[in-house]
Amino acid sequence: MILLPCPWCGPRNVAEFGYVGEAGPRPDPASAGPEEWRGYLYGRANPCGWVAESWYHRMGCRRYISVERHTLSNEVRPLATEGAGR
Amino acid sequence: MSMRLGPQPGEVLDRTRPFTFTWNGREVPAYQGDTIASALAAAGVRVFSRSLKYHRPRGLLTASFHDPGCIVQVDDEPNVRGAHRLARPGMRVRSQNTWPSLNFDVKAINQLAGRFLSAGFYYKTFIRPRWLWPTYERVLRRFANGGEVPPEAAGDYYDKRYAHPEVLVAGGGPAGMAAALAAADAGASVLLVEEEHQLGGHLCWGDEADLAALRGLSERVAAAPGIEVLCDSAVLGRYEGNWIAVVQRTVPGVAERLVKVRAGTLVVASGLIERPYVFAGNDIPGVMLSTAVRRLINLYAVKPGERAVVLTGNGDGDAAVADLKRAGVTVAHIADARLGDDIVRAHGRGRLRSVELPDGRRVDCDLLVTATGWTAPAALLTMAGDRPVYDPRAARYFPDPARLPEDVLAAGGIAGDGSLDELLAHADAVGAEAARRATGAGDGPVPIPTLPVDAHPALFRGRTHGIVDFCEDVSSTDLVQAVEEGYRSVELVKRYTTVTMGPTQGKLEAVNAVAIVAEATGRSIGETGTTTWRPPYVPVTLGALAGRVFEPVRYSPMQPWHEAHGATPLVAGAWIRPDHYGDPHAEARTVRGDVGIIDVTPIGKLDLRGPDVPKLLNLLYVNKWSKLDVGRVRYGVMCADDGVVLDDGVTGHLGPDHYLMSTTSSGAATVWEWVENWLQTQHPDWQVHVTPLTTAYASMNVAGPRSRELLERVTEGVDLAGEAFPYMNVRTGRVCGVDDCVLWRIGFTGELSYELHIPAAYGLHVWETLMERGHDLGIAPFGVEAQRILRLEKGHLIVGQDTDGLTRGFSAGLDWAIKLDKDDFVGKPELAWQQEAGEYPRLVGLQPLDGSVVPEEACQIVDPPRRADRRPRIVGRVTSSRMSPILGRSICLAQVDAHLAAPGTQVTVRLPDGRHIPARVTDHLAHFDPTGDRLRV
Repeated sequence: MILLPCPWCGPRNVAEFGYVGEAGPRPDPASAGPEEWRGYLYGRANPCGWVAESWYHRMGCRRYISVERHTLSNEVRPLATEGAGR
Repeated sequence: MSMRLGPQPGEVLDRTRPFTFTWNGREVPAYQGDTIASALAAAGVRVFSRSLKYHRPRGLLTASFHDPGCIVQVDDEPNVRGAHRLARPGMRVRSQNTWPSLNFDVKAINQLAGRFLSAGFYYKTFIRPRWLWPTYERVLRRFANGGEVPPEAAGDYYDKRYAHPEVLVAGGGPAGMAAALAAADAGASVLLVEEEHQLGGHLCWGDEADLAALRGLSERVAAAPGIEVLCDSAVLGRYEGNWIAVVQRTVPGVAERLVKVRAGTLVVASGLIERPYVFAGNDIPGVMLSTAVRRLINLYAVKPGERAVVLTGNGDGDAAVADLKRAGVTVAHIADARLGDDIVRAHGRGRLRSVELPDGRRVDCDLLVTATGWTAPAALLTMAGDRPVYDPRAARYFPDPARLPEDVLAAGGIAGDGSLDELLAHADAVGAEAARRATGAGDGPVPIPTLPVDAHPALFRGRTHGIVDFCEDVSSTDLVQAVEEGYRSVELVKRYTTVTMGPTQGKLEAVNAVAIVAEATGRSIGETGTTTWRPPYVPVTLGALAGRVFEPVRYSPMQPWHEAHGATPLVAGAWIRPDHYGDPHAEARTVRGDVGIIDVTPIGKLDLRGPDVPKLLNLLYVNKWSKLDVGRVRYGVMCADDGVVLDDGVTGHLGPDHYLMSTTSSGAATVWEWVENWLQTQHPDWQVHVTPLTTAYASMNVAGPRSRELLERVTEGVDLAGEAFPYMNVRTGRVCGVDDCVLWRIGFTGELSYELHIPAAYGLHVWETLMERGHDLGIAPFGVEAQRILRLEKGHLIVGQDTDGLTRGFSAGLDWAIKLDKDDFVGKPELAWQQEAGEYPRLVGLQPLDGSVVPEEACQIVDPPRRADRRPRIVGRVTSSRMSPILGRSICLAQVDAHLAAPGTQVTVRLPDGRHIPARVTDHLAHFDPTGDRLRV
């Protein structure tokens, strides 16, 4: 079982988290067309490599956190960008 | 005849504590420390079970945990490892898999079975003709007796525990002990796990020098701070991040405990497992491995036979010869494989009579001991990514350290040979390095010495009739036949013949199987490759995996009252709720006529505070929230960003910057996470604080034309008059003497009603007071079923019942609520596109023309075919249906295609029995009081 680095609780078992998935920005609902909107709803890059993901620490601090995970090796590292662990 | 020897220097018996147990009804003496098998062997028992397919008699082979021949039933526990489980006074031990009986000569059956049970029989035999399967099944069941669990067997207690050692050492032999000591010396916390009942590994059955070394190591381990020892425990598997499963069997009062370990470094010190020799007759009782006789003599003081032949290819075989002589066994012949000696076959039926040598001579004996090589149990290493490499010079596999991850190391015999001192030095370095990797302390990597590798004769003989897999009863002939049928890959041979798939999981038989496949395919063992070791390392009970039962159940504070008043319980998610109190129709009539009271505690309640709550409500609900005055309540619907209805409920404005949101009972947890998600990830700048209050309040709905009259008797500080506290308003006040109660005037049932949220500790008090004070008003409790009838009469939808995962807002009859002129709300674009497209299913009220027929929920609404040979087209479905007590007819909600949604349209409902009945779309969703007059009184 992999460990996720929760910025609030430290490294915790992945079983404590709910998987949210690849984090993408919500398009502007005033201007987005169906294709763009449905890409936001359903489209995922799902690369073999590093991917930025959101997780919900359901059995811990109940914060939504973001981490980077390598989808081949399952290595996990904190998201480098500002706003991680929000 | 007793085979018990006098006291041995290393014996694990406590001769001051003798007792008896029974074996197939017969009393057998034992000492404290005896295993079931050692006590039986001491009592002269040679046959313990019959083999899986051919029902050949089986005796001891390894006399260890992995012995496949002595799996027994103990009291009501099946499949007990007889050579490992300690005997206890009074235990009732029975043989398993013994049809027709343990001692009956089943030669005829063997021959019969042999014809049908050859390689791949699982895929070939008993398949056709299909109608004979019930007969086959009855016969096969007798063959495959795996013990029994009586229906009345008491459930044992199973436990769970977490452990976080810096170093976990798997294997408590000399190398494991040395590695644990070195890691502890370097400051690491250590968990040392050993399969046997005591530490020491092969030192336990060794000579005086071995026993002295064992005493020294044991004393140091016992004295070392930071080493926790788990004996009689098994490491089942190693997973990502050194997440390791251990089953511990030594906790008092606990059948088994699953220890979930997160280790810094894993040290695998599993030692070596002795490999059986494959030759004709190698499963006759009396044929044993050298470690088996050494364990029997030295640990359990059991004389394994009277007259022995020994085939030895290594020093352990030589040591077995010395042990046998010391124990008074006549060693009739020694075949030294290092000098080219061999044996050909064993003779005997039920017990060994003689051994045939290559020159044709037969040597009479009742014991044949083989010491023909070792298997490295590399399971934990391969689970960590290792690929063991075959060394033909040593005739065994070795781990490939280059392929191991940083956090896994191998120590001791699994990594190489050498003297005890060399093995201890190797393990000492590995332990120190493991501690360094886990803790980061120390001055750089610890150099790990390379262990020597001894030459060993490669003793594999494929073209014999010997048994390879003693659990699955797979012979070398079966493997050769599988290869001849075209299975060249060892993985495919495994699946086809089930070799290595029994309880020993390849520990005894994997290398022999590979060698035979190699010989049959004309390849080397290295070229042939191995089967894959997967978790679990040893079979595990379902009890250990299931562990303690953790299934929380939620009750409202009024549950004792419900139970005392005959409520029929309804399981609703984690909640147990009253479904009804005997007669849901009468309960519904009480609500329409007088006053009823229902426990609605599971309704989700979120306390929202902060200046930005209106922004949040405007974002999450499809309707408008900006202008909701203090004291007002509004119904709202949430959709997800795909436009699908997510939840509904009412939210009230309790005071400045203070709101109370209610959700559906089943949506309480989802909506909380949903609210947090939007606040945390999209609008972290909004000042809103969310507190879940679902179980902080006991909630009850007082519904019916006389509900106001009842509440006026018990409420203080709230003017309940219609004009002072109108429909869709909220007040806080004192109810039945309880302060800080929240009263909503809302009406899911369609009647004048008040939903009360009472501080949970006073819920039962308020409920009982209302029942008492409402007695003269005709008050009665009602359950979920009556509420479902009442809301259906009123046409109020239930999210998840009248909607599903594809129902977008406009399909749920929410046109009046969805405000597309708002700047934004969750789901807005999809809802706008849905409305634009127009051709979406609609939620409608529906009444069968024959009011006595209640179509089952989920009945299809169909376009009847014009021709009899066409199948009807599905154009909708009934989402809710009940018999209405107040209307005296059946009523429904349904989702129908757009062209059928106009009031008055006649549609066809297909009943489960295939009948088609006509039904009419009603003018409103509400079947009863569509104008809502009863709500607004």
